[in-house]
Order: sequence, then C-alpha cells, then structure tokens
Amino acid sequence: MSGSKYLLFLGCVIPYRISSYEISTRKVLDKLGVELKEMPEFNCCGFPLDPINHDMMLTLAARNLCLAEQQNLSIMTLCNGCFGTLNHVNKELKEDEKIREKVNGYLKEIDMEFEGTITVKHLIHVFAQDIGYERIKESIQKPLNPLHVAQHLGCHVIRPTKYVGFDDPENPSVLKELIEITGAKCLNYMDEMECCGAPIIGVNDKIPLQLAREKLDHIRAVGAQALVTVCPFCHMMYDLNQPRIERTFNEKFDIPVLHYPQLLGLAMGFSPDELAFKQLRVDASRILTN
Amino acid sequence: MLKNEKTQEKEMKKEMMLKVSDIDPKFKYEISKLPGAENVLLCFQCGTCTADCPIARFDDFYRPRKLVRLVQLGLKDKLLSNDVIWLCSTCFTCIDHCPQDVGIADIVRALRNLTTREGKMPVVYKEIASNILKTGYAYVIPGLRLKKREEEGLPSLPKASVENLAKLCDITGLSKMLEKVRT
Repeated sequence: MSGSKYLLFLGCVIPYRISSYEISTRKVLDKLGVELKEMPEFNCCGFPLDPINHDMMLTLAARNLCLAEQQNLSIMTLCNGCFGTLNHVNKELKEDEKIREKVNGYLKEIDMEFEGTITVKHLIHVFAQDIGYERIKESIQKPLNPLHVAQHLGCHVIRPTKYVGFDDPENPSVLKELIEITGAKCLNYMDEMECCGAPIIGVNDKIPLQLAREKLDHIRAVGAQALVTVCPFCHMMYDLNQPRIERTFNEKFDIPVLHYPQLLGLAMGFSPDELAFKQLRVDASRILTN
Repeated sequence: MLKNEKTQEKEMKKEMMLKVSDIDPKFKYEISKLPGAENVLLCFQCGTCTADCPIARFDDFYRPRKLVRLVQLGLKDKLLSNDVIWLCSTCFTCIDHCPQDVGIADIVRALRNLTTREGKMPVVYKEIASNILKTGYAYVIPGLRLKKREEEGLPSLPKASVENLAKLCDITGLSKMLEKVRT
C-alpha cells in the first residue's frame, strides 16, 4: 500500500489557537500512510488581505504555490480559507495568461515564477479521493455507534462551484459519508450550508455570533450530540466562541465541536488525549462515555 | 422634541434624494474591468443574492442586490463611504446562485479595494497586514504557543522571508495604502 505525500499548509489560525486540529490530523494521516512534509518557508495564504488589496492576495498565494512547485509536491490545507484561496489562485493563474503575467511580474522582484505544476487539496479531498472510503473503513477499530452528530462543511471548501467543483454545494454528502464510516450517525438539519460568519469577526461581531447561535440551535433541534467541522475558523466560531454565544443570547447549548480527524481518530482507536480532546473549549468527555 | 424629529426626518429625506451630480456614469465600466466583476452590467435585479445572503438576514442594510444596482447607477461616493460593504462574509452563495453569472462577492471585494485606495479600511485589516509583514502569519503567535508546540511533539513552524514580503508589499501598492490609512 503505497502512501501519498503532501506539503502541509498549516495556515495562520491553527498554530495560533487551534492546534487540536493539527495534532489529530497528523495522528490519523500517519496511520493511514499519508506522508506530510513541512513547508520550507511560509507566508499567509493571502485571504485576509483580499478585501484591501487583491493583487497582494494573488501574490502571497502565488508565492506559496511557487514554494510547493520547488518541492514538486501538491499542497494539502486543513483550513477552508487557505484551500479556497490557494486553489482559486492556482487555477486562475494556470488558466488566465494575463493575470499570470501580472503576478509573475511581481514575483520576479523576489526571483520566483509561477509555473502551474502542482495542485491544491483540502484534507477532506485527501480523505475522500486519495485515501478513499475503503481504506478508511479498514482502519476502523472502535465503531462509534450509537453516537449522533451533525456536519458543518463550511463555505470555501465547496464554493464558488466554478473554482472548486467538488461534491454538491446544495446538498453535500462527502463529509457525511466520511462521518458515517466511523459508525456515528450524521443527522440532517436546517440550513446545513449556512456560513459560520468568521471572516467578518473584527469588523462586526454581532452578525457572526447570531449566525453561529442559529446553527447551534438547529443542531440541537435534531438532537445531535456533537458538531463536526473541517475548518479552524468554523471550529473557532462554534467551539471557542460557544461560551460567548451563550452569554450574549442567554441560552445554554453545551454542544461539543470536534474536528473530523478527532472523530475518525477515536474510531481508529486513538485515545482522546492523543487526539487533543482536552484542548476543546466545550467539554467533549460526555460523548466519549457513550 | 417634536421639532427635533421633524428636522431629522427632513435630513433623512435629503439623504435619500439623489442628485444627477452624484452619478459617475463611468463607474460601472471602471468596476467591470476588475477581476470577477466583469458581468456587473448583466445583473437584472432578480434579488436571488439578497434572498440567499446569510448576512442580509441579520443586517437591516446589507443588501447585495442593492449594492450591484448602485454600481450600475454610478453612485460611487454612496458606495465607497458606506460601511456595509465590509459585511460580506465571502460565503460565495450569491456567486453560486446568480442566474446571470454576476460575481457579486467579487464586486463587493472590488468596492472594498477602491475604498482602501482612498485611505479607509476597518482597523482589523491594518493589524492583519502589519502582522503578515512582520511575521508572515496573520496573527502574532505568542512564544508560549511555540514552546507548547515543542511539548506536544509538533514540528517547529516554518519561518517567513520578511524581506521578500516587504518587497511584494511595496510593488503591489499595499505599503502606500497602509501609510494613507485613516481606518
């Protein structure tokens, strides 16, 4: 069983405050035979600067793509924002000669050139397309039934369709299937594809908190015991910010929020400690005893 | 009190009234040259974007359809001085659902970029830009966190080439913009 190899693009928010996602991902991928190489050098994917300077976003993203090209490895991101940006810029630079020339003009300043030789994937693509459902199924040692969870896929891993072209953005099923492989049941709920609101935190906090509150409400309504995410920003909105949401709206939720690799890791037989469950803001020990 | 309300009402009406001199007839062409905004003239105001926008559900003023209409009408000053353009959370639902393939979220980004060029942006972006230029990362990662990575057995974080980032920041015009910024 030959494993695949990726250049891991961690992004900024994971090392800043969501290392449970990184820890659990590394454990699980290692066991599934996926090799990760660290970025030789790093800068932000560019996403947060797109609102103020589109060219700087393109150039920051392209610089990371060039670093990957030099390593002759495709990039794997854990963050939806990094994936959306790097994938979009990679495709745009490959297809649009005018934009490529412009960005290469900037990159020339630092002796780099975009060639378009690699691809960009998100962790969920690596699970679904490269490792495949069969191999994941074989790795399950402790099926998680009767656990009932809900999924939150997030936006940039699936939209805009013309740049992503993966799964059905109106009714996504890939994460659901990946969840059900662990033996847990994935429940449907209202407005599953609604945004978490994280990108405008700092500009306006009220709206993202309202959006996140509504999602937690819909999840609770169908009786899910936990929410499963694949993006550090979404995770931050529902886990780290859950106490703040509870205070703001004077409402108790107490819904644990897991990174998908944490859920899968449990089913693969890793202990909650190995998967950094202790770092979650909302205590998840209650679902572990089930 | 009553008088005060009346003046307020008058002022509001004045605000709502449009003058021909407010219109910049070339603005829509200026926008349509920006990446992603090429189809701005194709919008026929069906309102699918606003109906499906998660932000519009929680804000009384953010309406993507209206923003596109203001672009088509050339009401540049009204758009660029309006704080609502910073509310788009880039979920891209509007882009996916638009029957005319109008890149609504890209148009909003173009409006933000133009506003920034005039020296105005929410303070959070200035902070993020300054963090990236100093460290490569959008957030300043505390030393304690780096130490904890070691304890957790995680590899050390890749470093940034700060000189190169500064060069790119100059050449893309971001440096000049940041100097001008009033937030």
